[in-house]
Amino acid sequence: MSFLSIDHFSDYKVHGAQRPDFSPYESNGGSIVAIAGDDFAVIAADTRLSSGYSIHSRTQTKLFQLSPLTVLGSTGCWCDTLSLTSLMRVRMQMYEHTHLRTMTTDAVAQMLSITMYNRRFFPYYVSNILAGIDKNGKGVVFSYDPIGHCENAKCRAGGTAGPLLQPVLDNQIQLKNMNLDEKDKPILTKERAVSVASDTFISAAERDIYTGDFVEIKIITKDGIESMTINLRKD
Amino acid sequence: MALAEICKISNASYMRPTAWATDDVNELKSYASNFENPYTLAAPPFANPVENLNKIQANADKTGIKIEFDHGTTTLGFKFKGGVILAVDSRATGGQYIGSQSMKKIVEINDFLLGTLAGGAADCVYWDRVLSKECRLHELRNKERISVAAASKIMANIAHEYKGMGLSMGMMLAGYDKRGPGLYYVDSEGSRTAGNLFSVGSGSIFAYGVLDSGYDYNLEDEAAQELGRRAIYHATHRDAYSGGIIRVYHMTKNGFKVISNEDCEMLHYKYQAEKAAQ
Repeated sequence: MSFLSIDHFSDYKVHGAQRPDFSPYESNGGSIVAIAGDDFAVIAADTRLSSGYSIHSRTQTKLFQLSPLTVLGSTGCWCDTLSLTSLMRVRMQMYEHTHLRTMTTDAVAQMLSITMYNRRFFPYYVSNILAGIDKNGKGVVFSYDPIGHCENAKCRAGGTAGPLLQPVLDNQIQLKNMNLDEKDKPILTKERAVSVASDTFISAAERDIYTGDFVEIKIITKDGIESMTINLRKD
Repeated sequence: MALAEICKISNASYMRPTAWATDDVNELKSYASNFENPYTLAAPPFANPVENLNKIQANADKTGIKIEFDHGTTTLGFKFKGGVILAVDSRATGGQYIGSQSMKKIVEINDFLLGTLAGGAADCVYWDRVLSKECRLHELRNKERISVAAASKIMANIAHEYKGMGLSMGMMLAGYDKRGPGLYYVDSEGSRTAGNLFSVGSGSIFAYGVLDSGYDYNLEDEAAQELGRRAIYHATHRDAYSGGIIRVYHMTKNGFKVISNEDCEMLHYKYQAEKAAQ
């Protein structure tokens, strides 16, 4: 059964007026960087939440601690981020009650992929990066596309400044195009990972309007999660 | 339980299967409906997802919101006397941006079944995972491994069920079963074809050129592996959407073997040196 709409009465059409299209998504900006080390993982995100040219918040964390060994960074459409992360929290709690143990980072990574794919035909508009310690005690980073394709990586940048940050990580962490001898290659320590992560954000804040204010950095080790905040440009 | 039904005892709280089966939990479960049944994905709040998702995408210039899925590939597979060779690149592109140079485009479904992945990465990986579950169940029910023909039929059925919804897959399934080596091409349009030689993806035209000139059913193992590798290398060289690490797998009657994972940049200089030496 079809309803009559304004389209069926062309004489009554008002020129210059348009029906707005269904636009369920919004881009609220923000960037994430994650680096995996031998026995640690570092994940960083800025704290600016904006929409168009206005800034809604300067102190909104985009890092969600899902377990003592797992942190999810999520940007994009903020309402989708909230919906997805709270769903993840509940599913992880259900797992804990059923199996009497906390989900490992690898399990969380797989679950996130399947949860996102459930919305294959109306995707969550989010850029997710998951960092943590895996079941062997090693640092891991997983990155996702909007419909849940998951890839294990050593270092990853996502969000509005993702394309700006990733080449820096490729160069500084993966040492791509550096032509260094084996002995000259810097060792990836926690300190180096943190300083590269914060440097990339300082650079991104210079060139991306959606990235700025503060960068929140979480260092995940088997002994717990250490948090720190660094100032960025606030203009 | 009939008596319980008549007496309405089944409505009592202690007769419910678990404390979990409340309305709240059921509602919650519906947000992740594919956990219990992987075939039930959430329905979109509009009809005809292909058209309407594209409408949202068409607005992208105004809103700056564009959903880019990982795409673009060269994959190939061929049967020969020693089994089946699969070779793939590993570049994932979302629009113009290279999302990854190290993606695994060969999925190990089980020891005797491999799937290659072209088109939407998430689509292929998700449904390959479902397929690997179905294959394991087949093994447990029938006490023998699933044939490549049957496995590819399951995949084609899934594709057909979702036809017109916008899935994007072009995969080859390679395996070894009681009929010998098997190679099938299955795509999201629902087609399923058995064959001796396939190449799928944006770089396939270049790979076919190399493959057709060098292919022979009676190739030795090493020559066949090298043919696959070289065909993918030439595709990465000419197709902007292909690149990264070139992976070669060999399916034999004893299961699959990983032959090589080489960066195409290294291969480029290797082949250049060979050409100069001739």
